[in-house]
Amino acid sequence: MNGIALKPGQVDVSHGPILYLEDVSVSFDGFKALNNLSLYIDAGELRCLIGPNGAGKTTLMDVITGKTRPDTGSVFFGQTIDLLQMDEPAIAQAGICRKFQKPSVFDMLSVFENLELALATDKGAWATLFAKLNGAQRDRIEQVLETIGLVELRSQPAGILSHGQKQWLEIGMLLMQEPKVMLVDEPIAGMTHQEVERTAELLLSLQGERSIVVVEHDMEFVRSIAKHVTVLHEGSVLTEGSMDEVQNDPRVIQVYLGD
Amino acid sequence: MLLKNDKAALSVLAVLAAISLIVPVCNLVFAPGSPLYFSSYTVSLLGKYLTFALLGMSLDLVWGYCGILALGHGAFFALGGYAMGMYLMRQIGSRGVYGDPLLPDFMVFLNWKELPWYWHGFEQFWFAAIMIFLVPGVLAFLFGWLAFRSRVTGVYLSIITQALTYALLLAFFRNEMGFGGNNGLTDFKEILGFNSQSDSVRACLLMASGLILMLAFLVSRWIVNSKLGRVVTAIRDQEMRVRFLGYRVEMFKLWIFVFAAMLAGIAGALYVPQVGIINPSEFSPLNSLEIVIWVAIGGRGTLYGAIVGAVLVNYAKTLLTGWMPEIWLFFLGATFILVTVLLPDGLVGFWQRRLQEQKQ
Ligand SMILES: Nc1ncnc2c1ncn2[C@@H]1O[C@H](COP(=O)(O)OP(=O)(O)O)[C@@H](O)[C@H]1O
Ligand SMILES: [Mg+2]
Repeated sequence: MNGIALKPGQVDVSHGPILYLEDVSVSFDGFKALNNLSLYIDAGELRCLIGPNGAGKTTLMDVITGKTRPDTGSVFFGQTIDLLQMDEPAIAQAGICRKFQKPSVFDMLSVFENLELALATDKGAWATLFAKLNGAQRDRIEQVLETIGLVELRSQPAGILSHGQKQWLEIGMLLMQEPKVMLVDEPIAGMTHQEVERTAELLLSLQGERSIVVVEHDMEFVRSIAKHVTVLHEGSVLTEGSMDEVQNDPRVIQVYLGD
Repeated sequence: MLLKNDKAALSVLAVLAAISLIVPVCNLVFAPGSPLYFSSYTVSLLGKYLTFALLGMSLDLVWGYCGILALGHGAFFALGGYAMGMYLMRQIGSRGVYGDPLLPDFMVFLNWKELPWYWHGFEQFWFAAIMIFLVPGVLAFLFGWLAFRSRVTGVYLSIITQALTYALLLAFFRNEMGFGGNNGLTDFKEILGFNSQSDSVRACLLMASGLILMLAFLVSRWIVNSKLGRVVTAIRDQEMRVRFLGYRVEMFKLWIFVFAAMLAGIAGALYVPQVGIINPSEFSPLNSLEIVIWVAIGGRGTLYGAIVGAVLVNYAKTLLTGWMPEIWLFFLGATFILVTVLLPDGLVGFWQRRLQEQKQ
């Protein structure tokens, strides 16, 4: 159940993709949430996943992060790391981090403490007991607070944040983990127009250094960030391409209109 | 918020220091009849309450902070108590009824010829002192390892903790186990070479209970205020999310569970010489339920709430069982229900809210 201990920087992306999903199927009581799905995400790319409700987008993220075990198929991180052999903490430590569809920050902890918990560092129990933030780590938290616009609210419990601010805090927690792959499930739900714009800017500024997979319904938002879009439907990939190609694909139009 | 907590923590420490220093000293220095005299009965009663306070506080670490409703926490208390009891039995030596220099009376009575292997070493205080927290710690580790790794949570976890203490209850009832069966271990004579019934030893035991409780409170406070403490509360609120941040949740649960079990063992070890007996009833599931009730009534997740709850409930128990023993359980059940419905944060939480409202 435990994964191979990995040092950051060991992911083999020499062939291009950083995530390989091949023939992945997941069923819940006979219902196929994912159906022979194959998907490749390149190192450094920003990919948008769209698809009607229930298409399997969240389930796909569950599979990649170890929350759900697929019935069949393989999931690799780079050329060599078999994610199906690893549990959630091992996958997170290897560098695949996720923002949940429903914002799930720790309401009782302050904004600062939420970021501190996410900080990439030794996460063993003893190390955590004696953990003290060093200067560089403090600066890093400050920097992220700045990026997500929550500097003023740093000492407030996360529970009092608005929905949009919680989304931002979750994105901040993602950044603190210094991931190689960020899985971002519906980031702009509950955000104001300005917040949406800032989120788009942020995601765009982050691509390149890391791979980002964004699930979103809002087509305008997807258009503003994505070069490459994958459409999921009934648990498999319907089509892939640029936003224009995808939006003019008659099958996509039918799926969305017929929904 | 933090300062406020500090004030409460300081007051708790001050009260504990007063109890554990003034009461025993007054008991020894002043004569009965003096207004400053505390009776030996009061001394051992307070000493017992303080060991319960330590026990309640240790459960608060597990339940209040980590969200594990452990219904078998009394087992660790009893194990620590038995370890101390074994040391005290070995101190009796040939002064037992049967006068056997090596074997405790109950073994002679069972016609045993040799001391069982697991009774060796307990003639040494240092050895017993290690076993007092090692045995509960190892049991908690094994149990927690199995339970937390297979991700047993919620009601199921509570039920198996209860099953654990029940299994130990049945085991310790058996004479063949070699722990005195039904009667347990009693008739102690000496502790560290002093008469364990004497006033001065009782006074020292109260002092020791108070000081150890204060120390345990400070250490526990340091733990819950550390980053590990924040991870633990995060696990309580959103276990799944913590895993996705890269923390091995089961290791953190195990850590806090084992630490709490060791504290409970120490509490049991301090309890036994003050009441003069340890028997299998200490493993009874009802005892473990009572600990939960102390913590709920005092207030979860503050440490001092558990201390206040344990002392108040046990004081009420002393009063009521002296007056109408048969209503005690009804009273306890009713109080528990009233507190959970009316004061979900317990007495301490209620009191803190009142203070806050007054300020505004
Ligand atoms: N744990 C689960 N148990 C049963 N059915 C589930 C579970 N998780 C998801 N599903 C079902 O699988 C399908 C895909 O869900 P999901 O991946 O959440 O879709 P999306 O995120 O694309 O809206 C839905 O029909 C949903 O009801
Ligand atoms: Mg979804």
